[in-house]
Amino acid sequence: MSEGIRDKVVILGMGCTRFGERWDDSPEDLAVEAFTECLEDAQIEKKDLQASWLGSHIDEINIGKGGNFLGLALKLPLIPVTRVENFCASGTESFRGACYGVASGAYDIALAFGIEKLKDTGYGGLPDSPAFGQMQAAIGPNATAPGMFAQLATAYSARYNIPMERVKEAMAHVSWKSHQNGAKNPRAYLRKPIPIEQIMGAPMIAYPLGLFDCCGVCDGAACAIVTTPEIAKKVKPNEDIVKVKALQISVSSGEEALYTDWDGAGMLTTQTASSKAYEEAGIKDPRKEISMMEVHDCFSITELATMEDLRISEPGKGPDDVLDGFYDLDGQIPCQPDGGLKCFGHPIAASGLRMIYEMYSQLLGRWPEDRAVKDPKFGLTHNLGGVPNQNVCSIAILGRE
Amino acid sequence: MVGIRSYGGYVPRCRINRMIIFGSMGWLNPANIMNSQGEKAVANFDEDSVTMATAAAADCVTGFDRGDIGGVYFASTTASYKERLCANLVAGALAVDESTRTADFAGGLKAGTTALLAALDAVGAGNANNIVVSTADCRLGKMGSVQELMFGDGAGSVMVGDKDVIAEFKGSFSTGHDFVDHFRGSEAKYDRQWEERWIRDIGFGQFVPEAINGLCEKCGVAPADFAKIIYPCYYGGARKKINKTLGFEPEKVQDNMQAVIGDCGTAQPLMMLAKALEEAKPGDKLLVVSYGSGCDALYFEVTDNITKLAPRRSITGSLTKRADLDNYLKYLVWRHMVPADTGLRGEEQKWTRWTLQWRTRKTILGMEASRCTKCGTQQFPPQRICVNPECGAIDEMERVVVSDKGGKVFSFTSDMLAASANPPAMYGSVDINGGGRYVFDFTDCAIDDLAVGKAVEFSFRIKYYDAMRDITNYFWKAVPVAEEAE
Repeated sequence: MSEGIRDKVVILGMGCTRFGERWDDSPEDLAVEAFTECLEDAQIEKKDLQASWLGSHIDEINIGKGGNFLGLALKLPLIPVTRVENFCASGTESFRGACYGVASGAYDIALAFGIEKLKDTGYGGLPDSPAFGQMQAAIGPNATAPGMFAQLATAYSARYNIPMERVKEAMAHVSWKSHQNGAKNPRAYLRKPIPIEQIMGAPMIAYPLGLFDCCGVCDGAACAIVTTPEIAKKVKPNEDIVKVKALQISVSSGEEALYTDWDGAGMLTTQTASSKAYEEAGIKDPRKEISMMEVHDCFSITELATMEDLRISEPGKGPDDVLDGFYDLDGQIPCQPDGGLKCFGHPIAASGLRMIYEMYSQLLGRWPEDRAVKDPKFGLTHNLGGVPNQNVCSIAILGRE
Repeated sequence: MVGIRSYGGYVPRCRINRMIIFGSMGWLNPANIMNSQGEKAVANFDEDSVTMATAAAADCVTGFDRGDIGGVYFASTTASYKERLCANLVAGALAVDESTRTADFAGGLKAGTTALLAALDAVGAGNANNIVVSTADCRLGKMGSVQELMFGDGAGSVMVGDKDVIAEFKGSFSTGHDFVDHFRGSEAKYDRQWEERWIRDIGFGQFVPEAINGLCEKCGVAPADFAKIIYPCYYGGARKKINKTLGFEPEKVQDNMQAVIGDCGTAQPLMMLAKALEEAKPGDKLLVVSYGSGCDALYFEVTDNITKLAPRRSITGSLTKRADLDNYLKYLVWRHMVPADTGLRGEEQKWTRWTLQWRTRKTILGMEASRCTKCGTQQFPPQRICVNPECGAIDEMERVVVSDKGGKVFSFTSDMLAASANPPAMYGSVDINGGGRYVFDFTDCAIDDLAVGKAVEFSFRIKYYDAMRDITNYFWKAVPVAEEAE
């Protein structure tokens, strides 16, 4: 009988760069920036690292394939670097690899790294690539990420018979809230509060998603050093420690893309991974027990649907909670306290670790009062890679002792 | 009895008023005001002769078992490939068995009727049966040219067989003349023509009567015996003269649809024939003449079977499905006549993997799905393991063609970010009738035509064009259709 990951691994230190259009910075610059902070926070030396996992998504304009980038950039002492790629879950996958490496007893201290250098693409949004293989490139639609996620909104509106105007209003609040939060964060990419009217009136990108319904892809890196609770206690005898409570991944089975039972209004993978994560973490009622979240708001509709997939909001009631301010920074469960993908930015494989970084920092009470979540117990992170009908979802739950 | 068993036609949805073209280019050639009446049919940005011929052929085989098709002939002077048999694309899209005779006919504009004659001969000789002949053209004139105004895009198709024919083949007469009124060299994109008075007086004025007289003499009939005379000629004066010379009563001369479609080259005779067959009565004698590098004249007699033919869209149905193309520059961009910036995203490489295209041809061209024999779930593209989570049977699939099944919109969007020559790119999940769901591009529609639950039909289209390698690649798209009354 599997026991899960709960309380077997702790975070010793973390680092996260400022996200954004880092035109003048190379991937090496980003890696060194995140790593320096992380190593200092962990209070260990580079030679103490025994293994590392590296997440990166886009090969062609980023750091290339394999793990060599990290070994070279950080001058790691010939330790394993395992590159993982699983769409937007790549960062959390690298964290999961490092945690499992420690939990297995194979390593005492491991590094999880996520990096993406996207602003060498030459145009906005993600670079066009046959991400789902050559067959899909041959017969799949002429689609982009916003267009694939926009369909969540048309299906959601039809599924719950909620007029598109109401869905749009809720989506606008989702983005408004993230802009409010991001504006307070010195490391966020977009740091400007945007009035609701401007969000609602923005040019259409992919119906019904307007400009402010879409997150900004950008450059960034984030990392974590993980170890056992025993080693952490020795390294940091007088400090609070953040423990890993749950790590779950779920990948689409084709049921959503090819079968006709899926309602199209939420992600089966998120529903599956979060249920397993709650069980792993010992959470019975997520709406009562989760203190805060960083979820995959690649588009406002994704966040809206995710609130229901995570069973925080009732099916069809996400818009009510959103518009009630339930997920605002001063609401019951603050969602995207750091600004989320929307405003902190979305360098694909760095995002999962950036979310964990925010939960970790909040749990340790490191942020100034204006963006601190009060007395958090459990923090949840969520990534959704791919598109709603064909994706990978990762969930991590972190908590204090 | 050998003859035509069925017919079909296709006119693209977009029509451009000729005055819009003249309004942009009349300054270059003011005399073109004479050619600027009416509108012409324009292939959508994702259409070409192969897709239009496929649409006409699919229309033609309405109500017939595609398993009975014994040949597919494609005729066009605007095929997307010089080497790669386009008839195989049409046959693939019809999901015809691969042990079927396929051939492309090209060169002169009479190639459409030459393909028809070849089919009649093959069936007559007992070497093949139920040959689908599909013709299409999408010819280009230079900006400001006469041809730009006169040419239209469209397709016509007939199926030739020896059983239950709706029009019996009674005879033919052909001429071949190296009369270069129009030509395109092997690398040319645009039509070139010689002096119009010569084309009118010698080309149409002599060759069409020559073919008709030749046929009448050969078959022992008189021009007056025919209920409908079908021949292409967009010179109004020349038509009048021909009709007068041969004694044709005006109502017996099939309209060339110049005012609503334009001259469709190789497809023109078969499109006019399809239109004539829509209204033909048993006993009608039909005379079909093509023109271009000579003439083919064919004589048919309509049988009682025409009353039993399943209803079809044909030319008349296609003509009612229309949308104004009110922008001349859009037309130029769609035909790759002027360079347009679709953004850096539009410059990303489109790789066509021929090995993949080969092994999945029945999925890509034929839109074949699989159906689980254990639980009955239909799924597209075909799967080895049943996608029904309650089933999961392995390798228990049978193949089923779904291109003619249609479906319903499950979710949709219109995307301004995707690179397209006709933004916004519209696409969404479609529930295929009978089972299965896939995300398809939508075409021939506006965003307002899309709604969850809206009925769609599938249309074979250009998926993308790879300019670097000159590859036109095809797949099926979804087209919203008017709801049937419940």
